[in-house]
Amino acid sequence: MKIWIAFWNIMLKDMRTYYLKPPNVSWGIIFPLAWTGMFFIKTGSGLESILTLLPGVVAVSILFGTTSMLAVTVTFEKKNRSFERLLMAPIPLELLMLAKTSGAILFGVANALVPVAIAAFIVNLSQAAWSAFLPAVVLIAVVSTFLGLFIAVAVSEVFEAQTFSNFFRFPMIFLCGLFFPIAKLPVFLKPLSYALPLTYGVDILRWSFAGQNLFPPALDFGVLVIFCVLLFWLSLINVRKRWIV
Amino acid sequence: MDESIIVEDLAKSFEGVEAVAGVTFTVRKGELFGFLGPNGAGKTTTINMLTGLARPDAGTIRIGGIDCTANPKAAQHLVGVVPDESNLYQELTGFDNLCFCAALYGMGKTERRARARKLLDNFGLARAADRRFGGYSKGMKRKLTIAAGIIHRPAILFLDEPTTGIDVASARQVRQLIADLHREGTTIFLTTHYIEEAERLCGRIAFIVSGRIVRIDTVERLIQPIKAKHVLQIACANMPDDVHARLTEAFPDLEFSEPANGLIRVEADQPVGVGPLVRLLEMHSAEVVEAKRVRPSLEDIFVRITGIEAAAMRKEKERKGGGR
Repeated sequence: MKIWIAFWNIMLKDMRTYYLKPPNVSWGIIFPLAWTGMFFIKTGSGLESILTLLPGVVAVSILFGTTSMLAVTVTFEKKNRSFERLLMAPIPLELLMLAKTSGAILFGVANALVPVAIAAFIVNLSQAAWSAFLPAVVLIAVVSTFLGLFIAVAVSEVFEAQTFSNFFRFPMIFLCGLFFPIAKLPVFLKPLSYALPLTYGVDILRWSFAGQNLFPPALDFGVLVIFCVLLFWLSLINVRKRWIV
Repeated sequence: MDESIIVEDLAKSFEGVEAVAGVTFTVRKGELFGFLGPNGAGKTTTINMLTGLARPDAGTIRIGGIDCTANPKAAQHLVGVVPDESNLYQELTGFDNLCFCAALYGMGKTERRARARKLLDNFGLARAADRRFGGYSKGMKRKLTIAAGIIHRPAILFLDEPTTGIDVASARQVRQLIADLHREGTTIFLTTHYIEEAERLCGRIAFIVSGRIVRIDTVERLIQPIKAKHVLQIACANMPDDVHARLTEAFPDLEFSEPANGLIRVEADQPVGVGPLVRLLEMHSAEVVEAKRVRPSLEDIFVRITGIEAAAMRKEKERKGGGR
């Protein structure tokens, strides 16, 4: 019971201090809108292409929303030593890191719902497979958050976390089938696509909206879960190795 | 169980450099234990190992009877920590910071709010309760950091340089708060480079130099050898180079040293006459600016044991942590 009080308050503090601040709320709304608009202008397509664009916009909104926040909630707090306060509290490290990331996961899920809500006013989404879409959004948010965590605990400075995040984020936009089909990628890039978690998340989203998929949804979910566990485990190893020296 | 902290053969190296080399000590229940040493002596590394922020390379740590060597988390509920830098959340108010720290130790909402209000009141911060921590003065930040360290009523409190970088009035208030906590029965582990602060507050003191404890004893026993000494300090301008030799030759019963440039320190078992010393100095072209009797203090013992000038150590620390 006591450790859950700590868990809840760490999450709540991060939500109040970081995620619910006006710049982040506006980012969560403007960012998906900008991406959607950009692709409409570029492709010159009509409203019918929204369902093709939506999985990519949802995925990119989650990816950027989650990974950009971890540099502040983790790296910045470590840098200004307030993270030490958490490390010295009687909370298991696993639970502490889950508490620190749960705010980002919720923020990622909320970011994902913005483009969906906008699309719902424009096109008919009643055919979407929501039972696959919603768990996929949660898993993409978790895996993106843990990717951000992995980077945040591997560096010492906030700018390093931002820089390294970009090394992962921007290639993922092009390699994970968000807007460009993996099938059309050069053969030598395809293995790289299959090694990135977002490929599997976007595959489920695409299946939810358009019924198109590269892999069976069960495989996509399985791979995403494995990525989540692996990234979280590697992050914990890094915290123990680098921060509790 | 009389011992709150038992440390045996604790060792820690960073990239081949020994930061703590086989440190052994105990802190008794309810004791205010001072841990003194120059910068880089291993004080903070020791505290970090005791509080779970660093892993020892060797040795054992028992806190409140719990073996924390393998699992530092095991005794963290017994311990409160006030780090050398105020590391609360800048964007939260004083009240919210305290409530958050209490929640980390599993305190319920009603209890933590009441406790936070009480501590803000006790620490003279009630009027600043709803102001952001980032806007506090250094002294207020220090007091709130101490309040955060004791919000969960820990049996053992680690205080790392609690008065560094704050003004004299705030430092006095902080020392009073520490004395009050000690009186209430909290075991306190205090590191400081203000030797007079340790002398005033602590029951026992350990001197650590280059990662090794060179002496542990009560303040009373540490001072005993110099307590009966008579000490005189003479400040001079234009001091000739051979003044030390001339003084020793003229006054063989007295001990002379030069703790700083232009300063002569005289020690004797009997009261020292100022007149003959001043006359001799002036005869050799030295211009005596001031001559005063000095009460022997723990600082003298510290200098004897460590060979480090306390004033130099204080200046170095203040340069790093912001002057007081």
